[in-house]
Amino acid sequence: MSIDIFKERGTPVDMQEFDWKDLVQVPFSKLDDDAFTRVRVILMNGVEQEANRFSHACARMSDELRLPLARIRRAEHHQQTLVNWLNPPDQSPLETTLGYEQVAIEVTAVLAQHEPDPYLKQVLDFGLLEDFDHLYRFAALMDRVEGQDANNMIQCYTDILPGRPTVVEHRHPADDLRDHYDRTTAAPISKINAIIIVAAENQVRDYYMNIGPIFSDPVARQLYAEIASIEEQHTTQYECMQDPNETMLEKWLLHELSEVYAYYSCARQEQNPRLRALWERFVDYELGHFHEVAELMKRIENRDPAELVPESLPTPIDFSSQRKYVRQVLATQVDLRTNGTQFVPPEQESQLSLAYRERMNRAGSPSERVAAGYRWMPGTELNKYTGDGAAVQEARP
Amino acid sequence: MKNDATIGKNRTGIELSPLDKRSMLEHTELTHPSTETNGAVLAAARAEYYTMPDVIGSVPPPASAKGIAKTGLEALKGVNAAVLIDKLGERLAFERTGSRLYEALIEKCAAEGELPGGPTVPDLQEIHAEEVRHFELVRDALNSLGADPTTMTPSADNAAVQSMGLVKVITDARTTVKQSLEAILTAELVDNDSWALLIELTRTAGRDELLPRFEEARARELEHLANVRRWVRSATMALEKPASHPMV
Repeated sequence: MSIDIFKERGTPVDMQEFDWKDLVQVPFSKLDDDAFTRVRVILMNGVEQEANRFSHACARMSDELRLPLARIRRAEHHQQTLVNWLNPPDQSPLETTLGYEQVAIEVTAVLAQHEPDPYLKQVLDFGLLEDFDHLYRFAALMDRVEGQDANNMIQCYTDILPGRPTVVEHRHPADDLRDHYDRTTAAPISKINAIIIVAAENQVRDYYMNIGPIFSDPVARQLYAEIASIEEQHTTQYECMQDPNETMLEKWLLHELSEVYAYYSCARQEQNPRLRALWERFVDYELGHFHEVAELMKRIENRDPAELVPESLPTPIDFSSQRKYVRQVLATQVDLRTNGTQFVPPEQESQLSLAYRERMNRAGSPSERVAAGYRWMPGTELNKYTGDGAAVQEARP
Repeated sequence: MKNDATIGKNRTGIELSPLDKRSMLEHTELTHPSTETNGAVLAAARAEYYTMPDVIGSVPPPASAKGIAKTGLEALKGVNAAVLIDKLGERLAFERTGSRLYEALIEKCAAEGELPGGPTVPDLQEIHAEEVRHFELVRDALNSLGADPTTMTPSADNAAVQSMGLVKVITDARTTVKQSLEAILTAELVDNDSWALLIELTRTAGRDELLPRFEEARARELEHLANVRRWVRSATMALEKPASHPMV
């Protein structure tokens, strides 16, 4: 059952309280919790990080909104802390990376299937196949450097296969721009999708930029540098989906709406009761934020928020394997490239991107090297050798 | 051979800044901690978490009831079946990661050049092949017990966390073969003790059919340890008289 966003008032901002122990709860279990619990934790960290990023940008451009932005931002900062600290300490940066890519695959696939605008759906499908490839490259890295099986994290929900090869994902900035929806005609779910996808991708970019240098292996350091660059491209692509003509308050209200929607989606499917209670608590917090921003919109812009927001939330995000959809997109769209804002067959790809790619790859491609000859198999590729181990040398990047 | 202990511009010690040192100490003397107490406060804060019931995870049951019946896991004597599976999972993961660590060391040794006192690249390749064989041995043992060898058991997870530093040292392009061997020595010391314990556990569990190959693996690991100890020693002693330097 969905919730009536205007009737449900949630928790007032002044009653949204935390303390340090509340912020640092027992993390989920890497071994025993469902992979989609990790997916939800990572997604919601990204959604809150986007809330923080957006709020700070607005505060630098609006004197009037500084205080309300700061009040709500403080609650959201602590929500993000609590959520992100649910990641367990035995989950290595590379294991967490696999979780990030699983989010980028499974959640993007759901958003694409919800997306009514064919062009925006194409944007999502396009990015999906690139993140799909990243999972495969990181799985190869994990296997070949650490001797570990990526599927311990992925839990068979997501295929570990090449997608659009990372080596061809490098594009000129002009070819990463996309057309935006029209704020006056777009469906609310299109606006929500645009916020959630950029939240997810921007956090991946930031995460890789932070953890890339902590790796020792030179190819690992290169791979993070390479894929962080694609996540920067994805952030560029996905932020273009939003109509720049929306007012600041309009964007803010849509952010809060998206946060209610995302937490509500998490609460519906969470199997870990402790985390489900947390998601429900934060649905109420976000409703509190939503209503405060709705009042600001009425007062400052003299607008009725109901003109932007549906009475009930759209179909929630389905946190389950989207394997069938992903395989279908892979089978039909893997060769797509871009020319400006348009998706084109390889022979029509922009010359700007071809030149840029050639330059970036001139000293070799980390993503190709790390996965040369790699086929994921249960228990790592060492399982395919018998006895002398000499053949393992051939598989080294 | 790279020298990883030359005299250089290391800036981390306080004696490089005698004036700042005196000033910092004077100001430290003049100030007081915001809380006048001791480590008990820190311990109490941790205890709030230590007393919670959560553990990092569990050992899964064998894949099927048929598997239990076929392999007799239920008939294990004197030892909890979960403990045996947990520790077998740990050895499997350790040997698998160990194989990759030796691969990285082989590449480094080939690039940097072999040390005068060893190891040679073929020495390391031989150990690597044995690590792979030990991985296969434990995998087959888990299969024979009806357990899933692709599972990350709690002890496997714990061992992976312990090994993170070893992976970082050995795959760092700037560390020498000698420094990498020091990390390998840590791994081999743990590996030897762990094999000994696994053998004891297997014997207690009454899985005597596994013991001969486990004993053989332990014997090979003892040789690895002896060799790595010798190589670390000779590499360290070879640096005893570094190249001449104006400060020496």
